Amino acid sequence: MNQLEAKFGDFGGMYVPELLIPALDQLEAAFVDAKDDPEFQKEFLGLLKDYAGRPTAMTLTRNLVSNPKVKLYLKREDLLHGGAHKTNQVLGQALLTKRMGKTEVIAETGAGQHGTATALACALLGLKARIYMGAKDVERQAPNVFRMRLMGAEVIPVSAGSGTLKDAVNEAMRDWSANYDKAHYLLGTAAGPHPFPHIVREFHRMIGEETRAQIMEKEQRLPDAVIACVGGGSNAIGMFADFIDEESVRLVGVEPAGKGLHTKEHGATICTGSKGILHGSYTYIMQDHEGQIEESYSVSAGLDYPAVGPQHAHLADIGRAEYVSVTDDEALNAFKLLARKEGIIPALESAHALAHALNMADEAEDDTILVVNLSGRGDKDIGVVTKILGDEFDG
Amino acid sequence: MDRYGDMFKRLNADNAGAFVPFVTVGDPCIETSEKIICQLIESGADALELGLPYSDPIADGPTIQAASIRARESKVTTAQCFELLGRVRQKYPQIPIGLLLYSNLVMSAGIEAFYKRASEAGVDSILIADVPLREAKPFLAAAEHSGINQILIAPPNASDETMALIGEHSSGYTYLLGRAGVTGAETAAEIPAAELVDKLSQYQCAPPLLGFGISKPEQVKAAIDAGAAGAISGSATVNIIAQNLDDTRTMLAQLDTFVSAMKAATQKD
Repeated sequence: MNQLEAKFGDFGGMYVPELLIPALDQLEAAFVDAKDDPEFQKEFLGLLKDYAGRPTAMTLTRNLVSNPKVKLYLKREDLLHGGAHKTNQVLGQALLTKRMGKTEVIAETGAGQHGTATALACALLGLKARIYMGAKDVERQAPNVFRMRLMGAEVIPVSAGSGTLKDAVNEAMRDWSANYDKAHYLLGTAAGPHPFPHIVREFHRMIGEETRAQIMEKEQRLPDAVIACVGGGSNAIGMFADFIDEESVRLVGVEPAGKGLHTKEHGATICTGSKGILHGSYTYIMQDHEGQIEESYSVSAGLDYPAVGPQHAHLADIGRAEYVSVTDDEALNAFKLLARKEGIIPALESAHALAHALNMADEAEDDTILVVNLSGRGDKDIGVVTKILGDEFDG
Repeated sequence: MDRYGDMFKRLNADNAGAFVPFVTVGDPCIETSEKIICQLIESGADALELGLPYSDPIADGPTIQAASIRARESKVTTAQCFELLGRVRQKYPQIPIGLLLYSNLVMSAGIEAFYKRASEAGVDSILIADVPLREAKPFLAAAEHSGINQILIAPPNASDETMALIGEHSSGYTYLLGRAGVTGAETAAEIPAAELVDKLSQYQCAPPLLGFGISKPEQVKAAIDAGAAGAISGSATVNIIAQNLDDTRTMLAQLDTFVSAMKAATQKD
């Protein structure tokens, strides 16, 4: 039986082949054990500080918001080593891999940020990494593919299905079923079977903890809302975790509306999806009337996923967090604005959160403090954005 | 009606084990699939294990993934699969028919409703690849209500605790995994350790059929010699379909040869 709660309300669970249960139990045991081990904590915190660069900065935007009643802060996970929040939890899971005596790491990646974080952690800690990536994503995220290979990871393109994150997860799970004895599946988001949603949240919760301390120091009060993009939902749950019990703080998750919720081309799982099982977890998913999984779409590869972490499903169901959506166009607009007004190029994923925060800022009537989790930097997206907006910047 | 019980009684009397081929319903399309399934029975299959087409088959290797893709490209629906199963059941009242599928197809219909529908189509058993014992409770309850055997998987790494639970809840047969990994003929099954088979009988699990990586008559024989009640062969069967998509007649003839040879290997000395 499980040592930690495997469900969030009705959501979560361990819907995987019986074969994988011992490996998930082993992971849970290693995590529980490491949590109470000062040596592990010392090594993890040491790596976060001296290798990855924590704590990350909290930046008050200067020019972006015109409403004088609003202060919009950015939690700068884009400044973390690797270029996104992903590095936090990957370091934690890589240390767990060693603790379990395993020598290989399997991972999936969408935008390539999780793959990059996995590659760097494995290079650092002497683990052998193989990373599954949808063939379409390999194409649209070429710089990250190069980075992963440069750091010694094997990148395996997956052309099955839609050739995106969902198919990469399928392939990673298949690999793990054959190799769990020596390989750890280093899942990249707060989704999947228990204990992953729990572990990934705990290894990212410093995002919210630092945010609390930094805003308290600057403003002597809690923020009114924290806003984060949600694909699988790891950066959002890392930001939310420390505020869940603070009812005055609105938790806002921003899903990708792609080409619009009225089209089929989006990835707004909580906003439009229904309950079901994907990748080991009972959660909100995008599916047809017979339960076949539908393909999601977003301009941002990291949000292009037809399920969502089970804790987000739960927070939505109980009304503790609100989930909204932002289209490709709105995200691209926020992407440009942040570059132009503040000199920061955000990841397209994070640009979704920013776009919604800007709407909230426009509508605010009282003094308001907003914090956007700027989960990653946008260098990796330059190719994609050039293709879409290229003409604007010619000459 | 206990079609698995009747089958094992008959096989015991014949001093033989079971040969159970697997194909995906609707592969490559409903019409050909119906011919394929009837052929498997006519060629001597003791029972059938049938997949339902699914978008994300995480426990399957490339061969059976491709079967799902072909069926879905032919726009095959779960509803059509059940209609097909109903017709097969009418034609062959005795043969045990098992479904092997993924949980979201069941969740989408509602667990109780799905089992009822399967039962009405004449299905004897359901195995859900991504529902381990730990999540099995509502599925076991629905199985009991609808008179369906819930098939449980015994992996090679099963703990005693898992074996005991299989013993407590299994009916029909026990799906004994020949090896770790996903389905596929590329990696051969390992013949189960006598210890594992002994444990299954010690915990009074339903009779074990060995699956995953079974593609040759020698493996069927070895599985039965090692104490399994029979063997299941999926990817090897589906490969014959994949290799003959343009010529149904040759496909059916090759399936006939294959099933006959595999069945012949179930005879004990």
